[in-house]
Amino acid sequence: MTTKNIMIVGVGGQGSLLASRILGAAATAGGYEVKISEVHGMSQRGGSVVTYVRYGEKVSSPVICQGEADVILSFELLEAARWLPFLKPGATLITSTQEINPMPVIIGAAQYPTELAEKMDALGVNIIAKDAAAIAEEAGNVKAANVALIGLGAHVLGFDAAVLRGAVEECVPAKAREINLRAFDLAASHQDVQ
Amino acid sequence: MKKIMLGNEAVARGLYEAGVRFVSSYPGTPSTEISEFAAKYDEIYAEWAPNEKVALESALGASFGGGRAFSAMKHVGLNVAADPLFITAYTGVGGGFVIGVADDPGMHSSQNEQDSRHYAIGAKLPMIEPADSVECKEFTKLAYALSEQFDTPFILRLTTRVSHSGGAVELEERTEKPVLEYTKDPAKRVMMPGNAKRRHPVVEQRLADLAEYAYTSPLNRVEKGSTAVGIITAGNCYNYAKEVYGDNASYLKLGLIHPLSEKLIREFAASVDSVVVIEELDGVIEGFCRSLGIQVTGKDVLPLCGEYSQELLREKLLGEEPCTVSVADEIPVRPPVLCPGCPHRGVFYTLKKMGLTVSGDIGCYTLGAVAPLSAMDTTLCMGASISALHGFNKVRGDDSKSVAVIGDSTFMHSGMTGLVNIIYNGGASTVIILDNRITGMTGHQQNPLTGLTLKNQPAPYICLEDICAGLGVAREHIRVVDPAQPAELEKVLKEELAADAASVVICRRPCALLKGVEKKPPLRVDREKCRGCKACMKIGCPCISMVAGEDGVKAKVDASMCVGCGLCEQMCPFGAFSSTIE
Repeated sequence: MTTKNIMIVGVGGQGSLLASRILGAAATAGGYEVKISEVHGMSQRGGSVVTYVRYGEKVSSPVICQGEADVILSFELLEAARWLPFLKPGATLITSTQEINPMPVIIGAAQYPTELAEKMDALGVNIIAKDAAAIAEEAGNVKAANVALIGLGAHVLGFDAAVLRGAVEECVPAKAREINLRAFDLAASHQDVQ
Repeated sequence: MKKIMLGNEAVARGLYEAGVRFVSSYPGTPSTEISEFAAKYDEIYAEWAPNEKVALESALGASFGGGRAFSAMKHVGLNVAADPLFITAYTGVGGGFVIGVADDPGMHSSQNEQDSRHYAIGAKLPMIEPADSVECKEFTKLAYALSEQFDTPFILRLTTRVSHSGGAVELEERTEKPVLEYTKDPAKRVMMPGNAKRRHPVVEQRLADLAEYAYTSPLNRVEKGSTAVGIITAGNCYNYAKEVYGDNASYLKLGLIHPLSEKLIREFAASVDSVVVIEELDGVIEGFCRSLGIQVTGKDVLPLCGEYSQELLREKLLGEEPCTVSVADEIPVRPPVLCPGCPHRGVFYTLKKMGLTVSGDIGCYTLGAVAPLSAMDTTLCMGASISALHGFNKVRGDDSKSVAVIGDSTFMHSGMTGLVNIIYNGGASTVIILDNRITGMTGHQQNPLTGLTLKNQPAPYICLEDICAGLGVAREHIRVVDPAQPAELEKVLKEELAADAASVVICRRPCALLKGVEKKPPLRVDREKCRGCKACMKIGCPCISMVAGEDGVKAKVDASMCVGCGLCEQMCPFGAFSSTIE
C-alpha cells in the first residue's frame, strides 16, 4: 500500500496527542510501519497545533505537507480551514463544528470567517462536519471529543473498525475508558446514518 | 518487543540499555522528555539541575566518578553550559559521557535558531545525529562505547522533529556497567596551563583519530541508487530526501557529523554525477565539501532559515508545487496565549496599566508581550531580565519606571547573579518574581523551589524570600503579593518603585494547570448590567468575547474554558460579571 497520511489539527490543549497515539497503536496492530510527529512547548498554550500520523509499508518523513493528507481530523472549524491546503485533492476532512475565537478575533483585530463548513464543501472537499464536543458530552465527558472525531472518521482512516476500537481501549487510561468507547461508538453510529 | 517511542523517549531507552547511571539536565523544549523518561527507570539516578552549566558539570563529575553519565539541554542551554563543554575535550572522561542537545529549526518554542554543530567544531568534540527513533536508541548506545574508546564526551544532536516524532523501537535488555575504580590523575583533570598545554595535542590527535574512524564507522552509510544525483545529508533531512528522491538518488547518510571523513566524502562525490547537500540551518557539511574543492548544490538554493520538509525540497530542488485547495477568506492567526486563569495575567495587566518599561525573561510569561497585554519591552535569554534592567536603569539614572519580570525556575537558573549585581553595585531596581510553583512552559517540571525532585521525591524547602534576603535585598523590600489581586499589586509596586532601595516583589500563585489547583465555577455576564465598554477585554482572556445580540454588543464568557479566576470581575466597573447568577 502507499503511505496513508492523517493529520490531527486543533487548538492547544484539545487532546490531539492522545488521538495520534490511538491511530499509531491501530497502525502498529495492523502490522504497518508508523511515524508520528507532535508539537510540544509554546504552541500548546492555546495556539494552533498539528499532529501528523503516517503509516504504510515504509515511511520516511514524519511530517505531512500541503496536498498530501488523506484525512484531516479537525477539532475546530477555523483550524480545519487553516490546514485545508494540506488535504489531497478528493480526500476527506472530518471536522468538529466547534468554533473557538483566536486572540486577534477576541480583541477585534480580525474576523472569524463565516460559514466555513459550507465554503469548504463548495470547494468539492469531501467534508464531514459534526459537533464532536456534543457527541462526547452525550457519551459522558466533553474531553472525549478527540475519540469522537476518530469515531466519525472510522470509515476513512483505513483500519478495521474493531482494530480502531481496540486501539482506543489500549491507549485511553482505565478510568476514562468506558466514556471514550461510548464516544467512539456514538460517533461511528453518526457516520452510519449519514 | 517493539514500542512506539518519541525520539526523546528512545534516547532515554538508549541510556537505560547502555547502563547509564546518572542524568542531570535542565528542561528546555524540545529536549525535556529525555530526562523525564530516563527518570522512570529505577536503575538511573536522574535530576533537574538549576541550570545547564550545573547539569553538565554534575554529569561530568559522575563520569569522573566512573559511572556512565548524561546531560540534556536545548540548543540555547548549551550556550549556558559552553564553559565546561569546551574543557571536557581536554579532560576526557571516566565512565562514558554523552551530552544531548536539541536544536529547534523553525523555532517551534525558542528565541533563536542556532546550529549546535558549531559547538562540536569549536570544542573539538565528536557529534552524532540520529534521523529517527530507532537511531536515537542505537546511536545513544554506540556513543557510550565510543566515548570510552576515544576518551571523550560525545554530543548527541537532535532536532525538534526527531525529538518529537515517534516510531516503533525494538526494546532490549540493559547492560549493567559497574562504576569504574577511581584513580587520581591531575595531569589529565586539573586544567591549568602546564597540564592543558600537554592535553591540547591529545585533543588534536583524538580528533584526527575520530576522522579516521568516521571512514568506516557504522554511524555513516552509503545507500546506492541512481548515480545521477548524490545526496549528502544527516538527521531528519535524510528522511525528507528519501521521501522526494527514493531510489532516484544515491545517499551518503551521515550519523557522525563531526569530525567528517574527507576520504568518505571524496569517494562518494566521485561516484555520482552531481552532489546535493541537504542540511537544516547552517551549511556546515557544505562548507566542508567546498573546502575539499567539491562542487555542491546547497545553500545556494536551500534556505538557512526555518525547518525543511519534503515539500520544501520538491519546490527548491525540483521546482514542483503542491496541488492544494483553500478557502478565499483570510484565516486569522492563532498565536499561543496565557491560559484561562493564568496567574501572570493580572501582573501584566497591572504593568501595562502603570505604563512601566518591562525587562522580560524566558517562560510562559513571555506571552505577556502579546496583544492586548503588550506589556514587555525586551526578552533575550534566561536571566537577562534582571541584569539588563540594572544597566538600563543605571544609564538612564532612573529606577522608578521600570521592572524586571522573571519566573521562579528562571530566577533559580540565572536570575540570582543579576540580583547580586544590583545589590553589589548600589542599584535600586525592582524585580518581580512570578512564582507559579512550577516550570511552566516546558510542561510542568519541578525546580529547586517546588519541594519535589525529577523523580517526584520530596526535596528540602528552599525559601525564595530567604534567598533574596541572603543576596542582600532588605527584608522590608521583599514583598509577597497575590497576582489575582491587581489593585494590591499596583499599590505594592508603586511603593517599591518609589523606594530608594533594591526590591523584589514575589507574585505567588500556582499555575492554573497544576493538579490540585482549585477550579471555581465559570463566571457569567449579566447582559443587563454589561454596557459593552470592553474593560474586561484588556486582560486578554481567551474565554471572553464580545457578542452581538438584540440588546447590543456585550461580553460573554465561554463557560467550557473559564476556570473562575475572577480577574474579569475586578475589571468590570458595572458589576456585570458573577459566578452566582441563577
